Order: sequence, then C-alpha cells, then structure tokens
Amino acid sequence: MPEASAARRSRRWRTAGSYAALTIGAIIVLVPIYFTIVNSLLQPDQLAHQPPRLIPPAAQWHDYRTAWDSGQLSRYMTTSAIMTVSIVAGQLVTSVLAAYAFAFLRFPFKRTLFLVCLGTLMIPFEVTFITNLDTVSSLGWFNTYEGLAVPFLATGFGIFLLRQAFLQIPKDLQEAATLDGYGHWRFMARVAVPLARPSLAALGVFSFLAAWNQYLWPLLATGGTTPLNTVQIGLKQLVGTSPDQIPVALAGAVIAFVPLVILLLIFQKQLVRSLTAGAVK
Amino acid sequence: MTVASVEMRRSPVPKETTLRARRRREAGLAYLILLPALAVFGTFTFYPFFRNFKLMLYETPPVPGLPAHYVGLHQIIPTVTSTQFTQSLVTTIVFVALVVPISLILGLALAVAAHRKLKGIAIYRMIFSSTVVSSVAVASVVFGTLLNPVVGLLPWLGINPTPPALENTTWALPAVAVITIWQFLGLSFIIMSAGLQSVPDELLEAARIDGAGAWTRFWRMTVPLLSPTIFFAVIVSTIYAFQSFGAVDILIGNQSAVRLHTNVLIYNIVNTLQVENNPGAAAIMATVLFLITLSLTVLQMRFLERRVHYA
Repeated sequence: MPEASAARRSRRWRTAGSYAALTIGAIIVLVPIYFTIVNSLLQPDQLAHQPPRLIPPAAQWHDYRTAWDSGQLSRYMTTSAIMTVSIVAGQLVTSVLAAYAFAFLRFPFKRTLFLVCLGTLMIPFEVTFITNLDTVSSLGWFNTYEGLAVPFLATGFGIFLLRQAFLQIPKDLQEAATLDGYGHWRFMARVAVPLARPSLAALGVFSFLAAWNQYLWPLLATGGTTPLNTVQIGLKQLVGTSPDQIPVALAGAVIAFVPLVILLLIFQKQLVRSLTAGAVK
Repeated sequence: MTVASVEMRRSPVPKETTLRARRRREAGLAYLILLPALAVFGTFTFYPFFRNFKLMLYETPPVPGLPAHYVGLHQIIPTVTSTQFTQSLVTTIVFVALVVPISLILGLALAVAAHRKLKGIAIYRMIFSSTVVSSVAVASVVFGTLLNPVVGLLPWLGINPTPPALENTTWALPAVAVITIWQFLGLSFIIMSAGLQSVPDELLEAARIDGAGAWTRFWRMTVPLLSPTIFFAVIVSTIYAFQSFGAVDILIGNQSAVRLHTNVLIYNIVNTLQVENNPGAAAIMATVLFLITLSLTVLQMRFLERRVHYA
C-alpha cells in the first residue's frame, strides 16, 4: 500500500514538472507577442518605462486607428485579401484539374508531365524572380493584382496532395459512376472533389498562409512604395526610427497577424496536415 | 424505339475505332485540364529557370544606360569568387547554422513536453504552434521593438550592447537569427509533434518499467525512432533558412553600417539586380542557390528511400 501511494506521489510530481516545463515554454513563445500587444496600447512616452509595463495603465486604441487610417493599413489589408483569395482559389482550381488528370485519366506522357509538376517543387521562387520581374513588366502587370497573383496560380505541392487524395477513391465507385452515366466532369464535381475535401481544406489553408505572408515578391512586383502594397510591405513602411512611431508599427503588426490567428484557431488540424505532408510515412 | 436508338449509336462504328476515339478524347480532356497548371509553371517557373542560364552569359557594364553584352562563361568565375559573393555565402551559412539547430532543438523540446496527455494540453499545443502563422514582417516588427535600445526588453535585462544589437557588427546577424528561430519554432514543433505521434507509446512505457530514466529513454529511443522526422525537419528548415530575406530587409536596410555583416544570399541577389543593375551576376547567384536547394532535396530523397531508422 505505501508503495502504491509513493508511485502516485511520484506521478503527481512528474505531472507538476510537465506543467512547469510547458508553462516555461509557453512564456518564451508568447513574451514577444504579449509585449507587442501591451506596447501597442501605450502612449509613446510610456514605452521607455523601466521595468517594462506588464499591463497598460490605460489602453490607448488610437494607435490602431492611426495605423489603420494614416498608416493606410486598411488599404493594404484589402490588397492582401484580394491577392490571397485569388491565389487560394486559383491554386485549388488548377490543382483539382491537374490532379484529376493524373489520378483518373490515361494519356501519353502522363509520367513525364507528373514529374514536371513535381520538378517545380525543386525550383524556389527565389531562383526565378529575376526573369519573372521582366515577364510581369512586359505583360504590363507591374504593380497590379495580376502581377501579384498570377505567378502563384498553380502549385506542384497542391497537385501532389490532391492526386494522393484522388487515388484513395475506390475503383468500384468510379465504375459505378460510369454505369450511372457519369462523365468525367460530373464525376469530378459530384464524387472526387467532395471525397477529397480534407485534402482540399489542407491545401486551402496552406496556400492562404503562404500567400498572406509573402514578402519578397510583393515587394519587388510593386516596387514597395505604392498604394498596391500588401500588408506585409505596409508594415515595412510603418517601421520608423522615431519612438513615437513604434506603437503604430506594433498596432499594424497585430492587425496583420490577427487574420492568421483566426485561421489557426479554426483550421489547426488542416494546417498541421499540410505542413507535415511528406514528413511522416 | 429507345433500344434501337441506343443500338444505332453504338453499332455503326467498328469497336476498335470507338475505343481509339474514346482514348483520344480522354487524352484530349487530360491535356485540357492540365493546361492551366502547365501554363503557369511554364511561364513563371521553367522559363525563368532556364533563362537564368542565358542571363549568365551576358554582362551589364557598370555605367548605366549601356546595353548588356555577350561574355560567354567569363563572368561566372569572377562572380562566384568575388569577395562580395563569398562573404554573402559565408554569412548565410553562419545564419543557417544558427537558425536550424536551435529552432529544431527548441521545437523538439516543446514537442516532448507537450506529448503527455494532460489536462489543457491542447492550449499549450496551440501556443507552441502559433508562431508558424507569423510572417517575417510581423516577426521583424515585434523583435525590432524588443531589441530596441530604449524601449525594448534588453535595457531592463541589463543587456545593452553599444552600438545597439541591430546596428552592431557582432550582434546584428545573431539578432536576425533569433527572429527567424522564433518564427521557425512553430513549424519545428508541429513537425516534431507529428513525428512523436508515430513513436509507439508502449515501447517507451516498457523501457520506463525496465528502469530506463527519462534521459536514456530520450536519447536511446525517442531520438533514434524520430530520426526520419528530424532529418525531414533539418532539410526543410535549411532550405527555408537559405531563402531568408525579409528580416534583413526590414530591420537592417541598405544604408546600415552592418549591411555587409547581414548580407544574406537573397538580399545580395536583390541588391545585385536592383541596385547594381546586374542581372547576369544575379542569375549566377540565383543558380548557386538552386544548386544548394537541389542537393538538399536529393539528399532528402536518398535518405527517405533508405529510412534513417534503427528500431
């Protein structure tokens, strides 16, 4: 009996230790975010207070208004939203179509073309932007939504992910659909796409994250100082050297971060799925 | 009548032709629905990729306004061996060597801590994953303030290098690395957690009953069983780290005195292209980046085939 209680006690200690470790980890991860929020609610002259304030004495929301209005964040958020939604929608459509061909159709050069699609995964955008800038300019797309979005309307990763999902669909189902007189378009819309919903969601969340957070291309494709900046480039404009600019920049960072926190809260499972595709198994 | 019309549609053509016609129609449909993706890839991935090889052969004179002229392969060696480029490469490698191990070790530690089924663990998991959604711009603004010599946390902690961290030749690169580590932490945690879930709990439990301590279990069982995951995480984050650009662009900038100490590869390429106006040299550097990415990917595929696994 005493042995059992000793075991129970040691387990309780282990649990307490786990919580301590978890809490330390959480503090390390959250400290930067916490101070960003607190500082964004301070008056500029309160920023240099030592020790740093843990709770703002009186929350000042006007820096959010400044960032939103005169910092033009409202406009940048709109640009980011339009660009992101176009890219997500485009990637879902092109990936479904291409993945359908690779999963369900027979045609010459199928293997080669699939390898071509996978090959795009080995060429990062950082390698191709030099010429893409020329291409976008000669199409008249410099500093336009087309220039921001069109280069990203297809993705090898999405094609790969959806092909895997389509290949899971039982052959019987396909034969039954054919017997029922389903053509390819109807089979795609009524059977294949609905059954691949989890993968579609994973791809959608992944492309949203990637598109919203892009930095290099929106900077180059707009020149960085125009009304068509995305919110990420807008943040760069807000980073001033003068201390009274700091709360405004921090408020801007919070505004840019919030849509993605919402995304994470709703779609954590799908996000994890897409980020670990290829890691396990 | 109905039967006859169905028969009519089927029988007049010999069977072989219908089959071939159907095959052809199927192939036609396939190419049609592949077209959008292939058009984007062709225009924005493969064409610029191959055009890099052409650009390499042309040199742009340093005087503005003069056209680029053909120099063949003569530009490649001087560009690759130039001090500017080798320094940039060394800076990037130091940066990668700081970011990748630290973010992966921290991510693994958090994943191990969050692996037990405890009350409220979902909240901790959410917190640990959260930095994955942070963009480089958000992370830079956040840390730019934390590292600020007047308003940040550093003066309070008694750490106050002069010149301030981001203007200090010694500390600027580590500071940019810290930002990137924080930003990578979420991804590292997510990958490591997924890997841990595939490690059978019974095995670790059996080892614990056999008297293996937490430390032994971690090094002798968890790490070896997790090696494919760790390897994947190393490759992915190394590729990402080589592509870093935003933090340097936002926090250091072109005018800074420490610019040469934080001149990571992409920053150098953008600068060569836009400030020095030399697409040829930029294309050569971009191709070096491609070769680095390619060799890392090939390495990953080779290992995935063999599975880094001892259990």
